[in-house]
Amino acid sequence: MSNATHGTHAHHDDHHSDDANHGSLYDYVVGFILSVILTAIPFWLVMDKIIDSKTVLSIVLLGIGAVQIVVHMVYFLHMSPKSEGGWNMMAMIFTIVLVVITLSGSLWVMFHLNSNMMPMPTAEQMKNMP
Amino acid sequence: MSNTHAATAGAAGIRTSESFYLKEEHHPENGTMLGFWLYLMSDCLLFAMLFAAYGVLGRNYAAGPSGADLFDLPLVALNTAFLLLSSITYGFAMLQMYKKKVGKTLFWLGVTGLFGLAFLSLEIYEFHHLIHEGAGPQRSAFLTSFFALVGTHGLHVTFGIVWLVTLMFQLKKHGITYENKRRVSCLSMFWHFLDVVWIGVFTFVYLMGTLV
Amino acid sequence: MPEHFDLAKMIFGRLTLEAIPYHEPILIMTFIGVILGGIAVVGALTYFKLWVPLWRDWITSIDHKKIGIMYMILGLVMFLRGFADALMMRAHQAMSFGDNPGFLPPHHYDQVFSAHGVIMIFFFAMPIVTGLMNYIVPLQIGARDVSFPFLNNFSFWMTACGAALIMVSLFVGEFAKTGWLAYPPLSGIIASPDVGVDYYIWALQIAGVGTLLSGVNLIVTIIKMRAPGMTMMKMPVFTWTALCTNILIVAAFPILTAVLAMLSLDRYVDTNFFTSDLGGSAMLYVNLIWIWGHPEVYILVLPVFGIFSEVVATFSSKRLFGYSSMVYATLVITILSYIVWLHHFFTMGAGASVNSFFGISTMIISIPTGAKLFNWLFTMYHGRIRFELPMMWTVGFMVTFVIGGMTGVMLAVPAADFVLHNSLFLIAHFHNVIIGGVVFGAFAAINYWFPKTFGFKLDYKWGVHSFWLWFVGFWVAFTPLYVVGLMGVTRRMSHFDDTSLQIWFQIAAVGAGLVGLGIACFFIQIGVSIWKRKEYADVTGDPWDGRTLEWSTSSPPPDYNFAFTPVVHEQDAWFDMKKHGFKRPTEGFIAIHMPKNTGAGFIIAAISAVIGFALIWHMYLPAIVGFIALLAAIITHTFNYNRDYHIPAEEVVAVENERTRLLANHV
Repeated sequence: MSNATHGTHAHHDDHHSDDANHGSLYDYVVGFILSVILTAIPFWLVMDKIIDSKTVLSIVLLGIGAVQIVVHMVYFLHMSPKSEGGWNMMAMIFTIVLVVITLSGSLWVMFHLNSNMMPMPTAEQMKNMP
Repeated sequence: MSNTHAATAGAAGIRTSESFYLKEEHHPENGTMLGFWLYLMSDCLLFAMLFAAYGVLGRNYAAGPSGADLFDLPLVALNTAFLLLSSITYGFAMLQMYKKKVGKTLFWLGVTGLFGLAFLSLEIYEFHHLIHEGAGPQRSAFLTSFFALVGTHGLHVTFGIVWLVTLMFQLKKHGITYENKRRVSCLSMFWHFLDVVWIGVFTFVYLMGTLV
Repeated sequence: MPEHFDLAKMIFGRLTLEAIPYHEPILIMTFIGVILGGIAVVGALTYFKLWVPLWRDWITSIDHKKIGIMYMILGLVMFLRGFADALMMRAHQAMSFGDNPGFLPPHHYDQVFSAHGVIMIFFFAMPIVTGLMNYIVPLQIGARDVSFPFLNNFSFWMTACGAALIMVSLFVGEFAKTGWLAYPPLSGIIASPDVGVDYYIWALQIAGVGTLLSGVNLIVTIIKMRAPGMTMMKMPVFTWTALCTNILIVAAFPILTAVLAMLSLDRYVDTNFFTSDLGGSAMLYVNLIWIWGHPEVYILVLPVFGIFSEVVATFSSKRLFGYSSMVYATLVITILSYIVWLHHFFTMGAGASVNSFFGISTMIISIPTGAKLFNWLFTMYHGRIRFELPMMWTVGFMVTFVIGGMTGVMLAVPAADFVLHNSLFLIAHFHNVIIGGVVFGAFAAINYWFPKTFGFKLDYKWGVHSFWLWFVGFWVAFTPLYVVGLMGVTRRMSHFDDTSLQIWFQIAAVGAGLVGLGIACFFIQIGVSIWKRKEYADVTGDPWDGRTLEWSTSSPPPDYNFAFTPVVHEQDAWFDMKKHGFKRPTEGFIAIHMPKNTGAGFIIAAISAVIGFALIWHMYLPAIVGFIALLAAIITHTFNYNRDYHIPAEEVVAVENERTRLLANHV
């Protein structure tokens, strides 16, 4: 095996990987508890029909979901501006920007396309079509 | 980042030949973690496309059943719990790995795998039930995009479990080597990433899909 | 469980002997030609006992240089088929007027233009660009290889297997008749129940995996493996454009993967993503595929912008003007390429507000490209210009691409696009920028870096013939298309009734013929150069008085690229070294750590191709078996922990001493 040749390299790189994505028990437990709370709340809101307005409820759900994603990023994925010399953070921000552009762009475009489509006849009208 | 090697000699502007090369062997930083993270970002965009499809098609019920008709929220809550628990058990596995405890690492990885299997079993049960009720992916665009998004997530979890089992064998065989630590770290990123996607799924698909 | 379990159906799916196109004489002739050519190649390999070296030194090689060369060969081979498609189209359209039906029946013509597009973009342009980046970037940053050498090998074979499936479609079954983007509902299972669209899907999915992994590989390489002292703003411009290109690849290809997967679900299991009924939306496909499609064209063009930056600086004997603005322009193009995609379907009916936004964003994205062009011109200004072949191709690009870009800005106006969408004006525009940009850039790069790669320059005279035939041929071929496009002629037509248009198509056919001669001259150029390689030998490693680090190595470079890792102080690192009277070290060589060759990449890719073929023909049992074999092969590979070795110091000493001797003799 190449263990002998790897000896020096392994030791050298060990420091790097140890410094990087290394969480502690505290991180995982805090992350877990926060996630449980941030999951329970949305389920409760929907199942017990706490908020009347569909729009407000949707925004609250998406907001809480976003917060939980950040919790996962920080406590489980150890996301920080320092990991991999800042490249992890940059890659993630770039991806988020693209996801927002493509998601919102697609919804915007498709909504406009649909609204410009001919109105579909109702079932009654279809019956009377020549 | 690349380390600057201070090797200039003499007065400003004068450089000897020797300042232009390294005499000893150069060890570039290992790129596996960054590379895997970049792959995960690309996977993120793949899921974004599935979310976009669901966003556009998700109310096209084609006079068939809607989310409110079909979704069993307590079941989804249980599944979410399984996945969340599997995340923290993987965290425990990582902690044991850094303490160089092979046995305990394997234990927590195994528990993670079991939670993953529980998640998958419930999901397969749910899919089977929906198809049995006539609400399969062919019924409407809503159901197509639902099955595609949730199913793709489930496929990722499946591959994650295969990878996990493989890694357990490799840890058993070679111990906690530098190589294996890197692999377990990559799977850790993958596993947590799947939980992040699931947050999107249960929020955007299940919870919001139940709203009338 | 089905009533009776049909084993034959599970094994053979819908594959029958009828799949072979016995009644298509053109295909049968081509098939015979391929068989004869194949026998010749296999015979030569056997006679010269080259099978073992082929496997040991090339197929299993993880060396970025060998992989780069293989990508280029793949690209050039596929280019010949793509160009054959082009010749057929021009010839057919020159004849097919009024009573004359031409020589291609419509269903065959449709496959020709679809294959032409798919091959040219995915299996010519992408491999060429990837091959160049693979070969040059590690050398330019002073590294010994890429970050993930095995993945590099695997990526190449996945691309090659995708190409192989396209080639197989010519002789077993048929290809898609949908155009290169396969819009539903035409590409759905009802309108295209045949295997053509499935060939398209699986070839692209397999090649797409290769491309995505290659993207990750090069990004990490550029971030992590730069020589000490090479900060980001000291990287060569080609490396910058390679970085941005690969960012685009990683950010765009998963989109293609997802959309093609959705299309394949619609075809295989009757889902309703893009169907006309049950709530599907074919417009969603168009929207999503172009979110990929637009970044894709920047993936093709950014590397060639980098090539031109290198060439212009070298052959003007002058530092590139405006390095920082070049970098920023590239970054801006990268980001903006994600907010213009709708200009590909202005006419689909999104309305004025949406169209205006995307029209304006499209016009804005032309600005950074313009900035680059000015920087190249300012570099040339007051430089000592040498009109070697790379520079000729560059000037040809400047003229051609700029005009093509301008027609693009015309198309960016939604109102104009309502007239010109899917007309031959559009076809002329994108060929103008792709040929003027990517193809001319490829030829510039090939002439520029050929001596580095193979140790001898390309023949100048035949290169000049090739260039002028290409340049004139391109304009003769495509100006008529601009003209008829403005008159309203639609693309993808296999027959016209209005014979007054015929003259334009005949002129275009002549142009295509001229380009064909240009291609012939290119291959003659290579042949003549090999014949005269001793006369054209590059002994110093720096035949053009280059400015970047690849020119500090021998031609060709040793396996390990650099005996000692270079240390960088300025931009244009090699120029800086020469300025300071750098003397190459001739002693003190040490053992060098290198990765091992492996056959795993080839095997995994080959299994993928078999699975792809099986899925295309609905041969589900072979597909399942193949999938299990794939998993087994991948897992087996991960159990291999023995992936590297050291080149002994004595070997390095021998190689470097040989170079010392060569340089001394050359003086």
